[in-house]
Amino acid sequence: MPDQVGFFTDTSVCIGCKACEVACKEWNGLAGDTPQFRDSYDNTGQLDAENWRHVKFIDLVPEAPSVVGNGTAWLLMSDICKHCEHASCMEVCPTNAIVKTEYDTVFIQPDVCNGCRNCISACPYSAIGFSKDTGVVHKCTFCYDRLQNNLMPACAKACPTQSIQFGNLDDLRQKADARVAALHDQGYDQAQLYGRDDTVYGGLHAFFLLMAKPEVYGLPNAANATLPSRNNLGGYLGAAVAAVIGIFAGIVALRGGGGDA
Amino acid sequence: MAEHFAAPPGWTWYIALYFFLAGLAGGSYVLATIMRLRGSPQDAPIVRIGYLLPLPLVVVCALFLTLDLGTPLRFWHMLINTTPGDVGLNFHYWSPMSVGVWALSIFGAFTLLSFLEARGNLRRLPVAIPIVGSLFALYLASYTGVLLSVSNQPVWSDTWALGGLFLASGLSGSAALLVWLGRYVNGAPQTEARLSKADGYFALLELAFIVAFFITIAIAGTIGKTVSPFWAILWILVLLSLLPGIRAVVARREAPESVAASVAVIAGVLLMRLVIVFSAQS
Repeated sequence: MPDQVGFFTDTSVCIGCKACEVACKEWNGLAGDTPQFRDSYDNTGQLDAENWRHVKFIDLVPEAPSVVGNGTAWLLMSDICKHCEHASCMEVCPTNAIVKTEYDTVFIQPDVCNGCRNCISACPYSAIGFSKDTGVVHKCTFCYDRLQNNLMPACAKACPTQSIQFGNLDDLRQKADARVAALHDQGYDQAQLYGRDDTVYGGLHAFFLLMAKPEVYGLPNAANATLPSRNNLGGYLGAAVAAVIGIFAGIVALRGGGGDA
Repeated sequence: MAEHFAAPPGWTWYIALYFFLAGLAGGSYVLATIMRLRGSPQDAPIVRIGYLLPLPLVVVCALFLTLDLGTPLRFWHMLINTTPGDVGLNFHYWSPMSVGVWALSIFGAFTLLSFLEARGNLRRLPVAIPIVGSLFALYLASYTGVLLSVSNQPVWSDTWALGGLFLASGLSGSAALLVWLGRYVNGAPQTEARLSKADGYFALLELAFIVAFFITIAIAGTIGKTVSPFWAILWILVLLSLLPGIRAVVARREAPESVAASVAVIAGVLLMRLVIVFSAQS
């Protein structure tokens, strides 16, 4: 059994070069994006069927800086499917197209998927996209083909600042602990790890060091990181109550006293 | 306050229409069964319609579900696992979509039997068959709301009320549909009057679930997505469509509802599903 692998993305050293995006597209044969002006350096927009890495540019530049260097200007983050230990997409998939690999990563089998898109409604990270060209959904594969050939994923290989680190999950967690402790020592109190432990979907195989609260990066905090199945009980109970009242009301209204019609 | 960062799944017309027709198919079957068991002999023409309708509706439901898939020819992957080395049936009790596909298929078999019986192609079915079929009918009419809730979408996943709401509305729409169609088959006015009364009760139940729906999404902080000005107008129309039935119950009127009222109720059933499906994804 191979080791559990992971990505540790240290957003504090991301420079927004998008080498990860390009490497991902090149290795996986993904189409380029039509250039768009988005009032930002971000011309990718979002993770979808054609973009499995997305460098987010979070603009926190104050409108009127009162003091020179008075805070964070930009937050950069190379976003990706989180390969959750307890994956929402996998939970709702009716076809078994979404599976765990021998590396404990989450993989969509394109020849099994039928394009129902239930996984898109479930993924709390918007990491899955539907392709009209293929008729199925796509997301980061963790470079499954490269892993099987003892190669590191293309995005980690291309990252020039080691913002994206690939390796054994336990080793990466130790590195992350040391890095966040160092940042705290330097006075960056907001620095925090996201998905390193099991408070978010049982732990993420692609976890992050963030320089602000998760919500700032478009990530649900631990309180909001919930699985879709949490709503089964309440939903079915509501339906059962309606069924009992509905049947009773129907019998009361429709009884004719004449027996079998 | 709930925070959502999930992308919309792009479920639009096919899915909204499927939810609508599933509600009418399930509701018609249940009402026909209640009338068969507890009604009077005069109800027979409308009971017959109640058993004739579900089969074609279920067929159209299956068609819409299939057409909504990105790869329609793989619709059977819902039922059979095609993962290499793991071949077998797909049934995930925790996924309403998985259970729903099985329920639709099994209910389809019941609707076929009842359809053939109603047409006179089969002898009278044992009463156990429509009773068991009604359990699947109730599931079909309600699980679509639960399916929406079992997600991480704003609005849908912030409430427990959608399953009950869709069922109440499906029953209401079915009662209105049977009243309407009853006029074309010489249905007894007493039957139509009792169905109108039932429609009123179901409308009250639907109203209660609409209130629960709004309370739950208000608490979650996502109510703004579904009551922005455009959607609010449609919600008002949905509420107006409940009025004829509720007014008849309050006034204790024992007469069939008008064709206009029946059409308004059915339109409200469709509109409510359209608003819920589209507004959360907007």
